[in-house]
Amino acid sequence: MKINHSYWQSSPLLIVLILFLIFPIMVIAVVSFWDFNEYSMIPDFIFENYAYLLTSQTTLNAYLNTFKYAFLAWFFTLFVGFIVAYYLVFHIKSSSIQMLLFLVCTVPFLTSNIIRMISWIPLLGRNGVINSSLQSMGIIEDPLEFLLFSDFSIVLAYVHLYTLFMVTPIFNSMMRIDKSLIEAAIDMGAKPYEIIKDVVIPLSKPGILVGSIFVFTLVMGDFVTVKIMGGGIRANVAVLIYNEISLLQYPAAAASAVILLITVLMILVLLFKFVDIRKEL
Amino acid sequence: MMTGKKRPQSFYGLTLFFIAFVLFLYGPTLTIALLSFQGPNGGLTFPMRGVSLHWFEQLFVQQAVGNFASALWRSMLLGFLVMMCTVVFSLLAGLAFRKHFKGSSLIFYLALSSLIIPSILISLGIGLMFDRLGLSPQWLTSGFGAHLTWTLPFGLLIMFALFNRFNPNYEMASADLGASHWQTFKFILLPLLAPSLVGIGLFGFTLSYDEFARTLMTSGAFNTLPLELFAMTTNVTSPVLYALGTLTTIISFTLIIFTIIVIKLLNKKSVR
Repeated sequence: MKINHSYWQSSPLLIVLILFLIFPIMVIAVVSFWDFNEYSMIPDFIFENYAYLLTSQTTLNAYLNTFKYAFLAWFFTLFVGFIVAYYLVFHIKSSSIQMLLFLVCTVPFLTSNIIRMISWIPLLGRNGVINSSLQSMGIIEDPLEFLLFSDFSIVLAYVHLYTLFMVTPIFNSMMRIDKSLIEAAIDMGAKPYEIIKDVVIPLSKPGILVGSIFVFTLVMGDFVTVKIMGGGIRANVAVLIYNEISLLQYPAAAASAVILLITVLMILVLLFKFVDIRKEL
Repeated sequence: MMTGKKRPQSFYGLTLFFIAFVLFLYGPTLTIALLSFQGPNGGLTFPMRGVSLHWFEQLFVQQAVGNFASALWRSMLLGFLVMMCTVVFSLLAGLAFRKHFKGSSLIFYLALSSLIIPSILISLGIGLMFDRLGLSPQWLTSGFGAHLTWTLPFGLLIMFALFNRFNPNYEMASADLGASHWQTFKFILLPLLAPSLVGIGLFGFTLSYDEFARTLMTSGAFNTLPLELFAMTTNVTSPVLYALGTLTTIISFTLIIFTIIVIKLLNKKSVR
């Protein structure tokens, strides 16, 4: 009898996912219907957590903020990520230099996100490098307040933290483009921007989509960046959940979490329609 | 564009863009590295008031930053354990997915959701689950599981990328020459996969070592390093924060460089 080894080989992964992904999500779903007071959770089946959530102005604002951050982060990471990947693939001819430069882009991703956010403070702060040099050059008189603890600094941090998630899949897609296609396009008289528009972009679409999925979901669920770079005043959905957790209002946090999950999944279903991830690796 | 010696004009513009991007990536980290050497009277911004190791010394004084040394130790140990499990589990799963089996696409999509679901949900869910089961969350149990939900999907994706480009002829040749399954795995497959497995290990360690959101509700009574750091961002207003940041960044960099050297050596060995 021939046994298929795949079953036991995949079981450690499956067990981890059942124990630490599926069960916890189920617990969240159940708890979201519970009641609570200042001290504890009370098992129940009520819809008040959701009713409150879906009618409050705070939630609406938080969702608007979340989508705003997600869109801006997506737009700028795509812009920067595409150019960087394009440069590495089509302008660097030696493959060892190509890998070296790619590595240079990758290394910061493997260091602490929190540290990378803190690192902006001496640059963007009221007395930071940017303000003081602009002041000493006489370009501005008073320090620019919008640089730190603002929407600007939040989006800047996202671009700083997550551009790699765009670069990698787009780089991957572009590496697969047959260079002779581009030479053919040149021979046929295509202008440089036409080559990018009609050859490079369509062929790197899968990479763009995978990168977009990453950036979008990371930003939708993020609260650390908004907490640190927003200076405690700004809130997106995940920050609301974080605040509810801090106040020990777990059922309310669970309800918010369920709604956030549904939102993210709906967007993903939409994006997955355009790409088969397994083929693109 | 591809031929001829003269580079197109766009090359220079794009090179400038790339240099700016690299500066953008590394500039802030270098800034705080510089500021962490502030003199004892220095503040959070320039100018430098003298140069000293004062703030690095402060790191090891208990009152200044809470218990930083034990948080570092916990993060290192946790990172190591997560790394080991990530390498072994991803390798096994990667092998499993080379053949078709019932439920394979279900597991694949589960792993993908694990990557995509907001971290705070995993944190909250595991925290609540442990609470309901009457267990108290601990960084070595609930924290460990929470980190695996983040590192395993990455490991699996790397395995997929690897096997999609993998040449099965070596294994067939080995089987033709009469090697058993186990021998083929040990003498052919494993040496070929080794560099990538080291890479997965690096991912596993660093992702766990830096993970904040998934640790938030799963670490129990003791903080890991990222939790300690986050607490410091709200209540520490001296360059000691930068000193800690610089120290952890140095640890990460050392590890990355070490890994790259190991991968290079392994690649050389398999070429021979």
